[in-house]
Order: sequence, then structure tokens, then C-alpha cells
Amino acid sequence: MSITVDRDHAFLEAIAHIAEEVAAPNADSVDREARFPAETIEALRQERALSAFVPIELGGGGVSFETIAAACFQLGRRCGASAMVFAMHQIKVVSMVRHLAEAPWFEDYLRDLATEQRLVASVTSEIGTGGDMGRSVAAVTPAGEGLCTFEKQAPTVSYGEYADDLLVTLRRAPDAEPSDQVMVVVRKEQTSLEQTSSWDPLGMRGTCSPGFVVRAEFSPEQVLSTPFSRVMSESMVPVTHILWSHLWLGIATDAFDRARAFVRAAARQKPGVTPPAALRLSHLMSELSLLRAEVGSGLAEFVEIADEPGRERLSTMAVALRFNNLKIASSEQAPRVCQGALGVCGIMGFKNDTPFSVGRHLRDTLSACLMIANERIHQTNASLLLIAKEV
Amino acid sequence: MTEEIRQIIKDHARLAGDAETLPAEADLYQAGMTSHASINVMLALEDHFDLEFPDRMLTRSVFESIASIEAALTELRSEATVS
Repeated sequence: MSITVDRDHAFLEAIAHIAEEVAAPNADSVDREARFPAETIEALRQERALSAFVPIELGGGGVSFETIAAACFQLGRRCGASAMVFAMHQIKVVSMVRHLAEAPWFEDYLRDLATEQRLVASVTSEIGTGGDMGRSVAAVTPAGEGLCTFEKQAPTVSYGEYADDLLVTLRRAPDAEPSDQVMVVVRKEQTSLEQTSSWDPLGMRGTCSPGFVVRAEFSPEQVLSTPFSRVMSESMVPVTHILWSHLWLGIATDAFDRARAFVRAAARQKPGVTPPAALRLSHLMSELSLLRAEVGSGLAEFVEIADEPGRERLSTMAVALRFNNLKIASSEQAPRVCQGALGVCGIMGFKNDTPFSVGRHLRDTLSACLMIANERIHQTNASLLLIAKEV
Repeated sequence: MTEEIRQIIKDHARLAGDAETLPAEADLYQAGMTSHASINVMLALEDHFDLEFPDRMLTRSVFESIASIEAALTELRSEATVS
């Protein structure tokens, strides 16, 4: 076994342990109280998991992207909200690591992130853009003494209150067009957050994602020079869809496991008779297999083209369609599997306090189609399909 | 060819400023062309020049300026002549 494989394996074992020992026992209270999964994130910090994808030469763990995806799956099996916080943080880290070229401030920042296990949240959505991540209203605005400022009205900032730093998308300058965006990383001490709405949602309650007005004062070197449109197509969009879909698969897998446990318990009560729910479980297995196949192939396709010179294929429409479809398909299939598990477990699954409860799973996965609304993605795809040739 | 491309940009890119005075090397996306508008530009170019952009050319960088569009069209036309 190579050193790299050993490293990835050890990391994943540690994550599975955290999922089992920390995330699982806290999952119900995180959900019920809509509270930040502080214990899990602290355990991940202890394991230096927040810098797992940061290259070793910058003090990080140097684990592979596949391993990060597998970690999202493992955490998702035990606590969807913990997995979502972990995934969202990793999306920011991966995006920074993949667009580091000639950005000394960002290299230093990643070193600090590794040393201090800093948690990064993002402020990408904005009131007035109609949910389009590719447009901004707020702009990098020159202020006195060589500094810059911005003020951004964010309808949701996941775990904003608990993050150490924020990755923010902004127009490049006050006179720039809405689509001429850059990404900026600001530290908590440079930022002020004014909460503008409450947080009492149906699912993914532990992500703690109310709205905020975000204001910051920062140095121009905290602006990544690479246009955000490139960061999006080459990294952030595919990485987001892959990591999210892995954790949704994790949640759906646990719902399936609970349904299977229910059927086995029923079978043990009446040996020799196949319980009626066993047939439903078999149907459910094919639904889960479809989800697993889509998620797995999405990851494999990304890994194949992620580091090609020039990343040419990642910026093609065919690839954009591919990962948009991963998002749409997995966000619809995951709650379908959870609802199927509810059908298998019946009232025992419907109740919130049995070993077969799947209400949290269903509610958590119902958020999937809203996180970057599927209808918006369909609109994009509809337009891309007018011109793309092979899809 | 440059002027034909410029006319298509004018009709379909929905730029904030004037396409007439835009330098050939200027970044169309920075000038306000959205992804959605860029699709309309591509369709109009295919229709006007009676050709199809292969998938490998359907990237942001190919359509980011009048000059880069012209380079792509020239390449496609020379391929068509060879084959």
C-alpha cells in the first residue's frame, strides 16, 4: 500500500469513528433543537479534518478528493447536518486549493486554516439576484488606507455564526457588471454579521442558516484574482454537487439500513415466513442502487478530468450538464429512498423515537432540491441543451 | 468577419455598454454578457455562419471576446475546407 492510500485510509477510519461516536449520539438533539453540531465539528478539528484536503506542504492532510467525498458519505449516515457543515467547509477549501496560483495571501491563509483548524462558511447567495450564484449585487469597494469594504444582504449563511472565516462572492468593483465576480475570503475579526431572519426549518436544522447582512473591511490581496466564473465551472459547481450528493447518499443509506433492520426484526419474530415488508425492501434497494450509481459515477468522472492541463473539459457545456444532472437526480432520489424506508417501517419509522425512525432522514433530504433550486438548474440545462451537441 | 461577429454581439449579447466601440480583445463577460445571453450568441453565430460549434469549443474562453470567437470560426472554416 502506498503512503497516500494509507493516509486516506487512516483519515476515513477516523471520520467513521467520529460519525459513530460523536455525530450519531448527538444527531437527534441537533435536529430537535436546531442547534449547531458543535461536538462533531470539535471532534473533526481534533482530527485535523478541516484541513484534510490542504496540501501537506501547506500543513494540511493531503488526502484525496475521493476520500473527502467518502467522508461526507460516512458523516451523512449518522448526522445529515454535521455532514452538510463538513461538506460546505470542504467545498470552500477545495475551491481555494485548486485556484491558488500566484495568490500568496491564500497560501498563508490555508496554512493558518490548517494550524488553527479554522471553519469556513460561504456567503454566495444574495437578495436581488434571484438565486443565481453567478451574479452579485454587492461589490469590492475601495475604502481609505488601501483597504476595501463590502456590505452584502445574504438570505442564508449556513453556520455563519459559528464560522471562523467567510468566503464571499462580490462584483469585482463598484462599476463592474453583476456577472463580473470575484471571491474574497475575510476573517471573522474583519467581519460583522447582523442577523436578519430566524432559523426554524423542516430539515437540515443543525446547519443554522438564517439570513445576515454581512459587512467587512479587508485588504485587496484577500481577493482571489481568478474570475469567480472560472472557480465555479472548474471547481465549485462540480465539487459542491459531488460532496452534497455523497452526504445525501449517506442519509438515504442509513434510512435503508433502518428499513432493513426493521424487516429483519419482523423476520425473526416469525421464522420461516417472509415478512410482507421484505418485498418493499427489495424495491427500495433498487432505488438506492440508482442513487449510488449516479453519485459514484459523478465522482469518478470528475476525478478523471479534474487535473487535466488547462482543465479544458471541465469548462465544456457537456460537463456542466453532467454535474447539474448529478445534483438534480440525487436530490430527487435521496428523499424518494427515505420515503420508501418510511413505507417499509410504517408507524415505527414515522415515530421519532424508535430504532427505525426515518423522519429526520426524510426531512433532511427534502432540503436537497432547494439548495440551489432544481428548477433554476433545469432552466440552465434547458438553455445549454440548445447548443451542446453530445451530452 | 469581425464586423459580422460584432453585429451578432450587438443583437444578442445584451451588453451594458456599446458593442460598436468594444475592442476585439475586450472580455464580453466582464462587459455584462450573461451565460444565458452567451447561448443566444452561439446560436446566432451558428445560424449566421452556417456551422456547428463542436462540444470542445463550447467553453467560456472561446466566447469571451470578439477576437476569440473569430479565431474559433476561422479554425472551424479551415477544418471544413480540409475535410
